[in-house]
Formats: sequence, structure tokens, C-alpha cells
Amino acid sequence: MDLTKLTALELGKKIKDKEVSVIEATQALLEKIKQTDEDYHCYITVMEQEALARASEVQKQIDAGELSDSPLAGVPVAIKDNICTKGVKTTCASKILYNFNPPYNATVIEKLEKAGAVIIGKVNMDEFAMGSTTETSYFGVTKNPWNTAHVPGGSSGGAAAAVAAEEAFYSLGSDTGGSIRQPSSFCGVTGIKPTYGTVSRYGLVAYASSLDQIGPIARNVSDCAVVLDLISGHDTKDSTSVPRDNYQYTEALIDDVRGMKIGIPKGYLGAGLDKEVKSSILAAAKVLEEKGAVVEEFDLDAVDYAIPAYYVIASAEASSNLSRYDGIKYGYRTEDFDGLADVYKKSRSEGFGNEVKRRMMIGAFVLSSGYYDAYYNKSLKVKALIKEGFDKAFEKYDILLGPTAPSTAPKLGESLSDPLKMYLGDIYTVSVNLAGLPAISLPCGIDSKGLPIGLQLIGKHFGEKDIIRAAFSFEQSRDYKGPVNNA
Amino acid sequence: MKSYETVIGLEVHVELATQTKIFCGCTTQFGGEPNTHCCPVCTGMPGTLPVLNKRVVEFAMAAGLATNCKINQKCKFDRKNYFYPDLPKAYQVSQLYLPICHDGGIEIEVNGVKKVVGIHEIHMEEDAGKLIHDPWEDCTLVDYNRCGVPLIEIVSEPDMRSAEEVISYLEKLKLILQYLGVSDCKMQEGSLRADINLSIREVGAEKFGTRTEMKNMNSFKAIARAIEGERKRQIELIEDGKQVVQETRRWDDNKDTSFAMRSKEDAQDYRYFPEPDLVPIEISDEWLHDIRSRQPELRDEKMLRYETEYDIPEYDASIITSSKRLADIFEETVAICEKPKEVSNWLMVETMRLLKETEMEPENILFSAQNLARLIGLISDGKINRTVAKEVFERVFKENIDPEDYVKVNGLTMVNDEGALRTVIENIVAGNPASVSDYRSGKEKALGFLVGQTMKEMKGKADPGLINKILKELLS
Amino acid sequence: MTITDDTINYVAALAKLELSSEEKEKAKKDLSSILAYMETMNELNTDAIEPMSHVFPIRNVFREDEVTNHPNRDTLLSNAPDSKDGCFKVPKTVE
Ligand SMILES: [Mg+2]
Ligand SMILES: [Zn+2]
Repeated sequence: MDLTKLTALELGKKIKDKEVSVIEATQALLEKIKQTDEDYHCYITVMEQEALARASEVQKQIDAGELSDSPLAGVPVAIKDNICTKGVKTTCASKILYNFNPPYNATVIEKLEKAGAVIIGKVNMDEFAMGSTTETSYFGVTKNPWNTAHVPGGSSGGAAAAVAAEEAFYSLGSDTGGSIRQPSSFCGVTGIKPTYGTVSRYGLVAYASSLDQIGPIARNVSDCAVVLDLISGHDTKDSTSVPRDNYQYTEALIDDVRGMKIGIPKGYLGAGLDKEVKSSILAAAKVLEEKGAVVEEFDLDAVDYAIPAYYVIASAEASSNLSRYDGIKYGYRTEDFDGLADVYKKSRSEGFGNEVKRRMMIGAFVLSSGYYDAYYNKSLKVKALIKEGFDKAFEKYDILLGPTAPSTAPKLGESLSDPLKMYLGDIYTVSVNLAGLPAISLPCGIDSKGLPIGLQLIGKHFGEKDIIRAAFSFEQSRDYKGPVNNA
Repeated sequence: MKSYETVIGLEVHVELATQTKIFCGCTTQFGGEPNTHCCPVCTGMPGTLPVLNKRVVEFAMAAGLATNCKINQKCKFDRKNYFYPDLPKAYQVSQLYLPICHDGGIEIEVNGVKKVVGIHEIHMEEDAGKLIHDPWEDCTLVDYNRCGVPLIEIVSEPDMRSAEEVISYLEKLKLILQYLGVSDCKMQEGSLRADINLSIREVGAEKFGTRTEMKNMNSFKAIARAIEGERKRQIELIEDGKQVVQETRRWDDNKDTSFAMRSKEDAQDYRYFPEPDLVPIEISDEWLHDIRSRQPELRDEKMLRYETEYDIPEYDASIITSSKRLADIFEETVAICEKPKEVSNWLMVETMRLLKETEMEPENILFSAQNLARLIGLISDGKINRTVAKEVFERVFKENIDPEDYVKVNGLTMVNDEGALRTVIENIVAGNPASVSDYRSGKEKALGFLVGQTMKEMKGKADPGLINKILKELLS
Repeated sequence: MTITDDTINYVAALAKLELSSEEKEKAKKDLSSILAYMETMNELNTDAIEPMSHVFPIRNVFREDEVTNHPNRDTLLSNAPDSKDGCFKVPKTVE
């Protein structure tokens, strides 16, 4: 039996039933990574020794009858390299943090470890989560396991590709403008961006604080829901964490959408959307309709202005958040310097890649005196309008449906030359972050190039259960299909 | 020469007397080995997040209420972005758009003239770390212990016109904050620092001149000298037909002059924007009312109460209340020994003398109310006389010794054995016939000499009243 | 919005970045087109709209004033490129 083909829940059950030991599962995964990661390069750091040591520790806990209420005890997990792991290099795929060992664990890491998770390694991403292709990583590009000539998407490209390539049972990514959903779509896996405030950001290296959320990427909806059960919850270390009564997302794994009202924003099917993607999305809507949902198209207000507002806000916050990387407390310091000003300028110029520099400059510009109102403040107003648009929509609909991305995964090297064009690819994802909504991306088809297509379902605030239920129902209509290479 | 007017506004940074920092659970204790009062949050480690200390908000409200400010019941934090090694996140969390307090003022008095100095706003923010110059390697060492200590910044209106007004304003402010208990205001430890904005204009002119800012003054003396120096410098520039440049300057008290601090190419564009990691603050009417009702008695009320409740002269009351520490010792001691006038005397005379002698601030007084009360008890119980008491007090003042133990150990207790004293006096009378006859022939002074001789013989440990009584008996 | 050399130099200084002349040219071009695109927001009338920095109306998240940290200086300094005497070491700051 090839253990790496199991879903996280399947493996968790086998471990619980003592059919498989935690060490066997961990070894199997490490073996798989050794075999294929040279081709895909999902990982920045593989924690072989730590993972094996941790595996035997978890096995002991399981044998002692602990962790019996944790469905994923002993299941290895891959962590996006912008989530702090105590004593384990956390680089954000940037030269400027190439050697950074956090002195503490992110809250999500503490939660996963409490649930008996074995961290297998840290996965690749776009530098500081800025990008849509995982090509901007200082540690090299990740390739799409469906076709290694294509990008895996980004910024959580390593996290999504590792799940698709069966180099991880599940992973944690982060989503600021689509960074969980878009690579999930490109890699044919499932990813959830939770409602802002559902998962603690403590220990997530900030890109844009008001938009960032950590979320799961896995092979199916059930795995994602169970991981969300584990990582969500109020955290007193994160002031923007929202206390809720119920974090039991697995309750929503029900194959029933009868009476559910689903809206499709007309703008999400307009110009710029690839034809094959469009027909696949409409086919998915049809499936849900046939299962008893009420589906209709409608006009979503202000959403056309989501991309400019998003890039202003995200760049502004990033320019501030990334100023702390200055070659003094941690990370890269230039070799050669004459005075303090040099340490700053050279460390930062040598330590950051082009896309990060570009966004820091945009951010500095839109906040600078004389431009704040025209750009930054204007964006905060547009954000208010976008949220209002969604609020209105959710008076009528339980969930919204559309594509995750306008196309399937582009070829490597195609996207970076024109940043604006790349930004436009985020058209269906960024508005969700601006409005703080939950959304899921799950596979709904494969195009003529053999690349997966992602379906996006958007919920109202804290409406994770609505999208999980709809996604689960839809998922029952088709079998999971991994990349041909893994067949 | 034309006549000029000096226009001064102050930005006063006050470190709050909380136990912990503004956004993390690190101690705010002064000193400590470098970087031992720090955690990932206050050193700006990637991924960390701030959580606001509630007491900071309450202290800021208290300061606002005591300085007659309006409280912004909806306020929030903003980020002020700039690079400097003492600022680990490269932004300071502060308040720009909606500061917690605004539009207040306090009354000052200089040479009998009263005026109100307006307070533009009070905002909350975090302190930066400390830079230490290392002369061995000619480099700078960074200590983040102070980083994240809560501050309030009190921004005055440009209402002051002289160094005297500035000092008076600062003294008043300091006293208010000390009475509130929101800060110890120790200037030498940097818990009260003033930035001085100063400009010059011709008397009668309406428009303000170009101002300069002098940073981080930490003594009243330095402030007075800096104001005088900068005033002269600006007038000279104007008289020479030159321009005052708007810039930040550093006062060098040793060289008695100020220097421009930042190179001009360094853009001062702080790119403030709302802090996304902290949620807004909403102060309910109940909360505000609660803070208001918990405001302690401030100086003016206290003075009045001392006069009426303890029958202390106005002048004495004003001296004792001029320092929170003095007033606290006064009230605590009175509570123990119930002798307000006696306590007031010790504070007004001996304490003041010793403070002056040792060049000490009343805030730094060491001795406890318990020990002062014990000393007063020793006197009223007739255990020591006043001359001995003064000596003992010096030790109490300097080392906060227990006067009872001290008197016992050093055998300073008064000799109250009348028989023994009488024997000594008889010997003195016998040994000084000239003084005896002087006294008998009407020279009162001679008695003093005989008392002195007796006291000397008794090593000061006798009751002067008793000596007088016995002497008069023997000589009559 | 056309971005001039001055503007690029200014934002680079604010971001503490040193750009080669090629990088400057590329940045000028990219920023011009990106900012022009951002200006499409002006088509939307937002006169009556309050700027929204937080999505949820959460207020008053506080901690109590209690010491909870047990600092560890060695870990704190372990990532520093240079340190001395328990401090982070940097080139001399002027003043
Ligand atoms: Mg300030
Ligand atoms: Zn701290």
C-alpha cells in the first residue's frame, strides 16, 4: 500500500486503528519527498530528523491513549514558510530571512502539535507571499505537478503542489489576496481561506495585516474541514481574532444543498474568463442546481474596483510590515557597508527580490504625504463599498459561486514580466479578502491542456459551514483526480 | 534692535507607571541588564502581534481629565513609519488621527501672574529602545529594554513665552501626573522628557516665526539654558537677515549651544496609517465616569484640606504638597502619630535643609513614614531630647534607619534619673564658682553656661528642662 | 500618474532601497502603469463613504497589566547578524 495516496483523514484513521504507525507514515512521506521533490521543489526545508523524532513521540502519546479525540494525530503536515516554527528556519522564501530561526511557535503550530501533528517541513512560496506563481522565491521556483512546465500558482504554491504531488497529506497556507485558493485551483486540490479573525495570525509573518488569513490545503473538503476544526479559535495574542461559539466545521460535511440559494456574480463570468474555465464553472453550478440548490446570476456592486483597492492597501501595509527587515536584529546583513545608512540600504536592496521591492515602493508612495487621501484613504472607502456589495448579496444568497482564477495555470516564466497583468489574475479572489469573507476553492474539471480548473464558493462572514456543505455536496458528484504523474 | 517675543510649545513624553509594556507582558522596570526585559513582541520579531495594556488607556484618560481635556471616546492607533535602530519594527505605534485626549489646558503662575497653557492633545504611544555608544569599537549597541514602555505624549499649544513659563508648566504637569500616580516623572531616568518647539517673532506680530525643535531635554536647568540659547541664536539669525530653518536640533548643555540633528536629505515623511493589528478603542460613558470617580485628590484640593483639617499654615501646606512624595510621607506619618504640626515641622525644617544640602529631589526621599513617626514618638515620650533627635534624623534621612534601634544601640536615651543628674549638677556648681556668683548677681546668661556644661558632662542625653529646674533650685 | 525620477528617488529613500539606473527605469514604468490603473477607483463616487480599516466592528481588545514574559536574551540575540555585551551591534549612529 502506498501510504502517501491516502487522504489525511484516512491516514489518521489507520494510525488510530494501529494499522499504520506514525513513523511508517512519516518515513513513507519522507521517501516520497526524496523521490519527487527534485522535480517539483515544493519544500524549502525538509525536517527529516525532527519529524522522525516527533513521530515516535506522537506514537507514544497515541499508545498511551492520549490524542484519541484528534482525528489527525500522527498525520504529517507541511507548513508554508511564512508561519513561524520554533527553532526551525522560517524564511518567507526571501534572502533577507534566509537564516531566521523563530524563537517561538505560531499559534496554529501550537494547536496542530497539541492535536498530534508531525511537521514534515516548510514549503515554498512567493517571496513574502507576494505573487501568484511561486516563481519569486529566493530558493527557486516550484513546478506544477500536473505539468512541470507550468506554475503551481501562488503564493502558497509549495503548499498546494506538495498536496497534489502527494508529498504532503495536507498543508497550511496563507491567503492575503487569493494565495490559498489560486494555487489550490492550479494544482487541483482544495483550499479554504477562512473568515478574517477565525484563525490566529500570531506567528504568521505579516504581508498585509488586515487581509492575511491562514488556512488549510488538502486533497478534499473533508480534510480541509477537519484541519480548520483544529487551527481555528479565538487567540488572545491576536487582537483581530474574533471569538465565536462554534468552531466545529466538520458538522457541515453533509451531502445536501436542497433549498440553498446560490448567486453567481455576473462580473465573474465576463470578459477575461477563459472559455473552458467558464463552461466548467457553469457545469458545476448545474450540478448543485440538480442537487436542489437555487442558482441565479446577479450584479455584485463595486467589485470591479477590488484589484486597485487591494493592491493599494496590501502594498501600503506591506511597506510598513517589511520595514523591520533591516539587517540589525535577524536575517541577512550586507557583507560590505560603510555606516548605518549603508546597512539599511544594502541589506534591503540585496535581501529583497523585485516584486517585494516594487510593492514596498508602491506602498511608500500611496502613504506618502500628498497622496494618502487619493490612494490609501480612497481604497479604504472602496473597501467599504465592496463589503457593502457583499452584504447586500448575502441578504439574498447563502453562498456565491464563481471561478477561482480566470485561467488554468500559466507556463513558467510567462507572468513576471508584466506585473500589472499578473495582478489582474487576482480578479476573483481579492474582493473576498477586502471584505473579510470565507471562501473555498475546489477542483471542478480539467481543461484541454490537462490542467485542473478551480471552483470558488464564497460565504458570508463566518459562513464557513455553508461553503463547506456546498463544496462537500459538489465533491460527491466526482472522484478526486491527482496529477497524471502520480497515477 | 527690535523687540522680540519667544513663542514656545512643548511636547512632553511621559513614561507611564504600568507594570508591563504597552503591547506585551514584559516588565517596565527601569534598568536591568540590556535586552533582558524583552520578548519577541517588543523586539519586532516577524509574525508577532500587539495586544493593548488596558491600564495604559486608563492612565491616559486620567491624565486627560486632570488637565481639563476632552476625551475622544472613539480613538485608535496609527503607525508612524521611520527607520532607526532603536525602533525594531521600523514603525512606532502611536495616535495621529484620533488621539485619546484633546483641547485641555492647565493654569500656571509666574511672578504672581496667572495664565492658562493650552493642551492640544494627549496621545498614547510606545517608547523606543536605547542606543549606547561603544567607545572601544566606535559602534553603537542597541538595548530594547525600554522599547514598548508605554508613553503618553502631551502636546501643548504654543502658549508659553519664557523659560520661566515653561518650567512652571512642566512643574505643574509633573505634579499632576505624580499625584495621579500615572508616572513617577523621574527626569534623570527619562520618564519625563520634553521636546521644545521654539520660534521668534517681533512683538505685536500675528504670524508665528519658523520654529525649531529641540529634543529630549531631561533637566529643568538644561531646558532653561536651551531656551535662552536657542532664543539668542534665532534672534541673531533674524537680525543678520538670515532665515531660521525648520529642523530638529540637539541641545548640548556642556557646549551651551544647539546643533542640527538630522541631515536634510533624510525625508521626514512618516506615512501614518491606521494600525491594522489593533482594534479601535471605544470608551463608554460608564468607563469614563468610573475613571473620573477614581481620580485621586490633586494638589490644590490637598493644600486646602491640610489648612483646614490639620491647621497647617498655607505656606507650609504649599511646600509639603509641592511633591507627591512629601505629601504622601506627611499623610502617612500623621496617620501613625497624629501630630500634624510636629510632622510638618520635621518636613519643613530638617528635611528641607538636608534635601538642599544633598541636592536631592523630594521624590527620591528614602525614609519611611514609620521611621519618622518613631522618631517623633521618642521625643514625645521623653526618650530623647531635640538635639539628639536632630542627629538621629540625619541618619533616618540618609539611611532610613529605625530610630528606636539606633537610640538603644548607641545609648542615646535620655537620663531621667533625677538623683544622678543632681549629683552631676552639684559637681558643676562646685567647680564653677565664678559663673555661680555671676548668676546670683543677676547675669542670666551664666545659667546657660552651666546648663551647657551639664549637658556636655551628660553627653547630651539629659532633659534640658530638668537640668534648668535642678540648677535653679541649687542656685536660689 | 507619471512617475518622475524625483518620485522614484523619493520612494526608494522612504523604503530604504538602492536602485540601479536600470531598476529605476523599470520601476518608473511599472509604477506609472500600476498607479494609473489604481486611479480607475476615481470612477467610483465615495464622497459619502467612511474609510473602513477594520472589517469587523470589534472594539476594546485589551490585556491586563500583568507580567507574563520570561525573557531569554540568548534566544533573542541568536538571530542577530552582530551582537556585543548582550546588545545588538550596529555601525555608529551619528549625533
Ligand atoms: Mg511622539
Ligand atoms: Zn516584550
